[in-house]
Amino acid sequence: MSIKPRSLASEWPEGVTSIPYWLYQDAGVLKLEQERIYQGATWNYVCLEAEIPNTGDYRTTHVGEMPIIVTRHSDGEIYAFENRCAHRGALIALEDSGNAKELTCVYHAWSYDLTGTLKGVAFQRGVRGKGGMPESFRKEDHNPRKLRIATLCGLVFASLDDDVPPLEDYLGDEVVRCVERVLYKPAKVIGQFKQMLPNNWKLYFENVKDSYHASLLHVFFTTFRINRLSQKGGVIVSDSGAHHVSYSAIDPKEQESAEYQAEKLRSDKDGFRLRDPSMLDGVDEFGDGVTLQILSIFPGFVLQQIQNCIAVRQILPQGSQSTELNWTYLGFEDDTPQMEKMRLKQANLIGASGFVSMEDGAVGGFVQRGIRCAGDEFSVLQMGGAGISSSDYRATESSVRGFWHAYRSYMGL
Amino acid sequence: MSTTTFEAINKFNVTYAACIDEDTLEAWPEFFTNDCFYKVTTIENHQKKLPAGLIYADSKGMLQDRISSLREANIYERQRYRHILGMPLIEEETDTAIRAETAFLVSRVMRGGKMDLFATGKYVDELQRDGDRLLLRKRVVVCDSISIDTLLAIPL
Repeated sequence: MSIKPRSLASEWPEGVTSIPYWLYQDAGVLKLEQERIYQGATWNYVCLEAEIPNTGDYRTTHVGEMPIIVTRHSDGEIYAFENRCAHRGALIALEDSGNAKELTCVYHAWSYDLTGTLKGVAFQRGVRGKGGMPESFRKEDHNPRKLRIATLCGLVFASLDDDVPPLEDYLGDEVVRCVERVLYKPAKVIGQFKQMLPNNWKLYFENVKDSYHASLLHVFFTTFRINRLSQKGGVIVSDSGAHHVSYSAIDPKEQESAEYQAEKLRSDKDGFRLRDPSMLDGVDEFGDGVTLQILSIFPGFVLQQIQNCIAVRQILPQGSQSTELNWTYLGFEDDTPQMEKMRLKQANLIGASGFVSMEDGAVGGFVQRGIRCAGDEFSVLQMGGAGISSSDYRATESSVRGFWHAYRSYMGL
Repeated sequence: MSTTTFEAINKFNVTYAACIDEDTLEAWPEFFTNDCFYKVTTIENHQKKLPAGLIYADSKGMLQDRISSLREANIYERQRYRHILGMPLIEEETDTAIRAETAFLVSRVMRGGKMDLFATGKYVDELQRDGDRLLLRKRVVVCDSISIDTLLAIPL
């Protein structure tokens, strides 16, 4: 007698309003994502130009789970290639960053130039005429995989696909404009932190795109009665669904309204206030009244501006149920000491200890644990309907559905 | 080295750690001066002189706000710390102030019993004498690992 095991994966109905939980659990899914998304026709954020300003500077990072090296060549261009020696597959570079004329694998000293081309094979001709590589061996046939590079406002993106559309086309005009809005002059790094999340990478990326949860999960502003009534906002979803921008701005009309004045009066009288509200002191440095802009680029990049607190986040899978979140806090090169101080104080809002972001570090794990025995069940994504279009309100899951629309298309699922 | 200073810092540090570990966080800001500076960062940021912190406070009020927020606003699973502290390395001492560094290990125990070595590192301190007691004018918490598991809610 044979027992037929139940199929692991439930059928995924058409559309993007219900998402099967096995997508967050299955190791096979992660393997397919590596092949079809990270190594597919996508642009993956890898670092900032500001991290590799000089000839010979390099930085190691990942595209999905693939280790890569990003370099600045003497021709001024940026190159990226797989951090895997063509000989036996060892990591070529072991440091997070550095400066080098060439990169040499520690194992058998095979060396590479800064474009990732194999230049040296130790003892290629043998020792005293003995051993060595056969005559037929050609170095040019053995290189780590090289990536295409595109930059936008100092952000460096890489792709393994030769047919990937140009970065600007991949993002669409609106997303490009919102990147340019924030990173309009040379940025500098003011801090870098890593956060390990106990959940599948998609749960974090969905959380970034989910404008529905913001005021419900993160109650710092409402608890301390920091007035947000004057805010208007909306969500932009790129045509592909893959990328999004969520924003809020001061609405001068609202600010003059009776409701606003009444709310202001109420909150002024309430005792539960910040002892030192200087943490939130800020300036309208972009001159457009936009106090918050969260921008995501598929498959794993976030640019955030919360008042004067600017950061980029890189989301990398670490197995199917763990995610590495790399935060880079930014200022601008021409920041005054006062301006930098404001950014540093406002940065209390973000990161692993952020007043409005620490919950995001944990909530993905709540889902991952909650669905442990529910691989064949589905989540519900119907807030705001079934569409993936932009809106001038945020009680919607349109940008999350946009993600799944793009995901299905890349994955062929 | 003054034995009394050494003992005073030890006593100060174990009291500070007990305040956090026993969840009497409302008293935690009282270990600092009014114009204090407190930052949680990592060794990489510290060495590269990158100024941002995971927590960054330049007044006692900001420390009080952090505790209020943890109590009233932020959502995180029930958890406890246990600080194990090293001996202070006294680097400079005057009549009014002391510069010292002290190593720490902090385990984090989650609801349900999951226990991890959450953070190791050192406190880089500037202490101020205030009568018979010490107060922190500055504490930079330099974590040895760049990586934080899940979140850092309770201060170190």
